[in-house]
Amino acid sequence: MLAARAAILAVTLVAWEVAARPTGGADLIAPPSAIAQALFATVLRDGAIRSAILFTLFEVLCAYALAVAGGLVLGLAIGSTEMARRSFYPVVLLLYAIPQVVMLPLVTLVFGIGPAAKIAFGFSHGVFPVLVNVIAGMRNVNPLYVRAATAMGAQRADIIRHVMFPHMATSFFTGLRLAMTTTLLGVILAELYVSTAGVGYFTKLFAENFDPAPLFALIGILAVMAIALNELARSVERRFTHWRTASTS
Amino acid sequence: MKDSPAASRLIQLGFLTAALTAWYVAGRFSAIPPLFLPPIDAVWSSLNGLIRTEEFWSAIGVTLSTIAKAYGIAVVLGVLAGYLVTRSRFLTAVLEPVISALFSIPITLFLPLFILVFGIGTASKVAYGAAYGFFPIALNTIAGLSRVDRRYLAAARALGISAFGTVRHVMWPAAFPVILTGLRIGFFIAFASVLGGETISSVEGVGRNIALSAELLEPARMYAWIVVVVAAALVLNGAVSAIENRMRGE
Repeated sequence: MLAARAAILAVTLVAWEVAARPTGGADLIAPPSAIAQALFATVLRDGAIRSAILFTLFEVLCAYALAVAGGLVLGLAIGSTEMARRSFYPVVLLLYAIPQVVMLPLVTLVFGIGPAAKIAFGFSHGVFPVLVNVIAGMRNVNPLYVRAATAMGAQRADIIRHVMFPHMATSFFTGLRLAMTTTLLGVILAELYVSTAGVGYFTKLFAENFDPAPLFALIGILAVMAIALNELARSVERRFTHWRTASTS
Repeated sequence: MKDSPAASRLIQLGFLTAALTAWYVAGRFSAIPPLFLPPIDAVWSSLNGLIRTEEFWSAIGVTLSTIAKAYGIAVVLGVLAGYLVTRSRFLTAVLEPVISALFSIPITLFLPLFILVFGIGTASKVAYGAAYGFFPIALNTIAGLSRVDRRYLAAARALGISAFGTVRHVMWPAAFPVILTGLRIGFFIAFASVLGGETISSVEGVGRNIALSAELLEPARMYAWIVVVVAAALVLNGAVSAIENRMRGE
């Protein structure tokens, strides 16, 4: 299986190299060898590009932290009573269905062209999966447990901490993983829309100069970063939810 | 949410009214700079003026045809790829994880490449929307087709049905519900990516007009466009759910 996948990868790279190579000149699809060369000669060597990549990572992490905190607090508030859930959950789902990307010019207008707009847009993309999954998770709590806890004198905070949270964990960590994907999307969209120092600036620079090799290299680095963050979120999800599937199924 | 009692409907209505009233009051007393939140009546009159212009309808036409092309390509290629991959169990086992790993990379990263290769016109948005829509459709087609009970296929073969007949009468009905989910997700992803591509880098279409209104510091016009998109998204959501429910009901 792995061998087959490696073979596919090798064939793709060779075909790409062969197809992109012979014409020469102003080709738009750079061959892998040129991309590798650009990666080490231009992209990784340039301090400005390196700091732009780290800066984007910083924006993603800030937006993600805010999205998780905000989604958790709002979700607990909406999910804690039947009335609030019935009233506001449909509103949340409705808002979730709107393509947020059309608000991007507005976000830039309000937050400027600096990192604040990227973090805000990443947050608004990341908060919904957390929110929706927290609310959905709290709905899965067996009402008998809540009633039992109440009967034994538990306060609202005790119920949330000791009854609701353990039960919504599976759903919550799924939300955390999805939020990582959407936060990345939001930050990248905002970077590409307008950027004076981040990766968006460099992608635009390379694209406008018809310099595809470093553009491919930069995109490749960001793709690796995206995969690493996704894998991190996925392993956290597995780490904190395997006990549940193991004990209940 | 049909079973929710009237009280929660009332709260939702109250929420909407409160939001609109707050918007009105904020505009009335200029609590928020009008550049960020123009008065609701200014947006309304801007919207009224906008729908009378020819550019409005041509921008809508450009965006709708871009979405239609992108989604059409995504459906054809996604279902075809899903069908071809599930032809062999080996291919499914090798390629399914590859396709789903590729889907975890935000395709938005590649938008500058799409612009570079296909130009700034609608072609790059078609390609970008199609690439985004392709993955959920292909993955759901693979999931649907690879879970068709093999006994059904054996029975169909024993009864002497042709290859086309097997697809039409056995595989398609069995895999359809899962594929349908992929078609719905793919549609909304293609919809959002075309608008995103237009907003970020384009010369025409709805997304371009939103970005242009922001660049020209005409917030009322920008909000009017956003209202149009939000309304379109909600209508499409309802329409797609209705179509999906009807198709599932068969």
